[in-house]
Amino acid sequence: MSETEPVLVMRGIGKRFPGVVALDGVDLRLFPGEVHALMGENGAGKSTLIKVLTGAYHHDQGDITLGGEQVAFAGPHQAQQAGISTVYQEINLCPNLSVAENVLIGRSPTRFGRIRWSAMRRRAEDLLARLHLSIDVGSDLGTHSIAVQQMVAIARALDVDAKVLVLDEPTSSLDASEVDQLFRVMRGLKDEGIAILFVTHFLDQVYEIADRMTVLRNGRLVGEFRTAELSQLDLVAAMIGKELAALEDIEEAPRREVAALERGTPIVSAETLGRTGAIAPFSLAIHKGEVVGLAGLLGSGRTEIARLLFGADRADQGRLRVDGAPVAFRGPQSAMRHRIAYCPENRRTDGLVEDLTVRENIILAMQAARGWARPVPRGRQDELVARYVKALDIRPADPELPVRNLSGGNQQKVLLARWLITEPKLMILDEPTRGIDVGAKAEIQRLVVELSDGGMAVLFISAELEEVLRLSHKVAVLRDRRLVAELENTDGLDTDRVMAAIASGGAA
Amino acid sequence: MMDLDTKVAPAPVTARVRRFVPRQKYLPVTATAVLISLMYGIGVVNYTGFSDTQIVLNIFIDNAFLLVVAVGMTFVILTGGIDLSVGAVVALTTMVVALLLENGWPPAVVLPVALLMGSTIGLGMGLMIHYFDVQPFIATLAGMFLARGLCYVISTDSIPIDDPFWVRVSNAQLWFGGWFISISVLVALAVVLIAAYVLAYTTFGRDVYAVGGDPQSARLMGLRVGRTRVAVYTISGLCSGLGGVLLSFYMSSGYGLHASGMELDAIAAVVIGGTLLTGGSGYVLGTVLGVLVLGLIQTIITFQGNLSSWWTKIFIGLFLFVFIVLQRVVTRRRR
Repeated sequence: MSETEPVLVMRGIGKRFPGVVALDGVDLRLFPGEVHALMGENGAGKSTLIKVLTGAYHHDQGDITLGGEQVAFAGPHQAQQAGISTVYQEINLCPNLSVAENVLIGRSPTRFGRIRWSAMRRRAEDLLARLHLSIDVGSDLGTHSIAVQQMVAIARALDVDAKVLVLDEPTSSLDASEVDQLFRVMRGLKDEGIAILFVTHFLDQVYEIADRMTVLRNGRLVGEFRTAELSQLDLVAAMIGKELAALEDIEEAPRREVAALERGTPIVSAETLGRTGAIAPFSLAIHKGEVVGLAGLLGSGRTEIARLLFGADRADQGRLRVDGAPVAFRGPQSAMRHRIAYCPENRRTDGLVEDLTVRENIILAMQAARGWARPVPRGRQDELVARYVKALDIRPADPELPVRNLSGGNQQKVLLARWLITEPKLMILDEPTRGIDVGAKAEIQRLVVELSDGGMAVLFISAELEEVLRLSHKVAVLRDRRLVAELENTDGLDTDRVMAAIASGGAA
Repeated sequence: MMDLDTKVAPAPVTARVRRFVPRQKYLPVTATAVLISLMYGIGVVNYTGFSDTQIVLNIFIDNAFLLVVAVGMTFVILTGGIDLSVGAVVALTTMVVALLLENGWPPAVVLPVALLMGSTIGLGMGLMIHYFDVQPFIATLAGMFLARGLCYVISTDSIPIDDPFWVRVSNAQLWFGGWFISISVLVALAVVLIAAYVLAYTTFGRDVYAVGGDPQSARLMGLRVGRTRVAVYTISGLCSGLGGVLLSFYMSSGYGLHASGMELDAIAAVVIGGTLLTGGSGYVLGTVLGVLVLGLIQTIITFQGNLSSWWTKIFIGLFLFVFIVLQRVVTRRRR
């Protein structure tokens, strides 16, 4: 990377929301032909900074210069025109449109105002081919998996004659080979002289691809570093700004002792439970105080199992028992009556009500369980919410803030608090640590350990095998919508063996 | 960025296969088409004279104005909005047309004034919805009361139209073979074709679908969501104005009670035509079929002879239920 003129300079950027200072005097420089990582914990202001850069938000202070000229974007459209393309963390595409349109809408090829559909399809296919993705570009986007949708979003960003490409957590829903593919593409773009701003929570990825990084903490700039000159440990310290004791605690925590667990009647047991088209019949027992991990690739049926156990989908085969007694869930309501809780994977669309406050979101499940005729007294609400906001360290600690003003990790904690209040016997956590940073991840992992020590059963779903292994007493391995193996988490078990089980379909 | 036209499409095989796989998104429209064939079949089997092509053409003649209004409504509903003002704007247009003609204004002036008025009301509501972030339901409800009220400011009575041009147009029968249609039908079909083209082949049309699919994403994709939103209400207003002109041909009068409840007929036609009320999915062709369904119900009840016209409403209600349930099933399965 040559130290030429930066293509983009943000200086002294400040942005406040009602009740929150999201950014305070943040600087950022991007040079042509570099991959620049933007690092920071949840709530550090990364997403806000990106939204300012891409014109989705207006900053209150500071200025932005692009190619030496001062710019002020009225909206994403102008930012795109100026050459700043973005792939957001939450996939921002239209599921009702075709893949080709999602790649090209806003700059569809036209002749005399008429869209040239065949040219559009061809161009979309070419762009996707650059990502080594060959799918029917005429199909609706919504019919594809999240990973494919993410690739489509990236293809869309590539189409613009971009000077700056912003990738906000592009890898959180990609598997290893897809990540490699993405990195290949990123290196290619870098060689073309594009500046790439890359946000991720995977430190390994940062060290693999980034040339330099800017670190934020609590809306303030910590500093700009060359990747080669900053060790991982120093980076983490810079990000969380406190001693690493908390982190190391969890890293070094002894493997969960299977023997210490007494297994009586399982809290929940599935007997050849299945749903045609979603998951093949499986049997799984979850005991009191036990953490069961679900391992498997994206789309291998992890979420489908969770939805069956929570009654969100109805099983068409097999039987489900709670505390030994057979039950038939007609919906989440019945599952909640049996004190089963489910934190879904997609917190934006399936979990939180963004316009409601932290307090209202936390109370929601409890209120639903009580029935609407018996409102939870306000005093009790405040007391409960205050307790969980404190226990989970939800920041900012203002229960009356709308949830949309919180960062991803804190939203996740609000979702957790909602279910913890109902004191469930079984908590299903679907990717609770996806898209959140190291600090918050450690906190949530510690919480899972505490909960299970307190006797709660937990079904823990995560794409990160290390995490699953660290927390679980037992790992159920899924492949192609089938439960292929159930592995006791004893000394011999490591990520290699789990991966072998996934790869071989359980023969390992 | 790259030379596209010289490149060979990488997957011609899938492209060819694609056409034979029925898409789930066409299911609602297909269902409507099946329903129409069924109803038509019932009519032909049970009533003599029903098979005359003129019967179908009469449905178009009697519903040309509804078709135009429903096309405008389709744009609005595709963005996930709703326009309750259309019936009132239609009535107001008939009033204004009748008043101006009564005062001796030439048709060449009255026509553009009528269309302009409809568009302006639509534009006003669109701006309100976009800039003040008002719910479309409320903004257009206000527009509805305003327009309906203005009718009675002009006159509480019906104003007859005897302008020679108007009379000539309303009596004109365009014969081809042994059948005829009215000029209104031609206008309505032109509107349908233009709308279908705009929705399928212009960037604006695709923006409409994108906004209906996910407004937030559309904004982040750099689409001009606000402009699109304002535009669809303006289009709906324009269509209402045009619908009002067609109705004034049909009725030869302007009256504040004309087109009462027409907004609901238009919404029903759009929904029965398979357009999702949540936006983002639907076709103008569906809306044509939806209007045909409403017309066929009326015709069958007329042929039956011993049923009160309220049965029309009952059947519309039943079909609405069926189609809304169908939509839920389709969208849920797609998830």
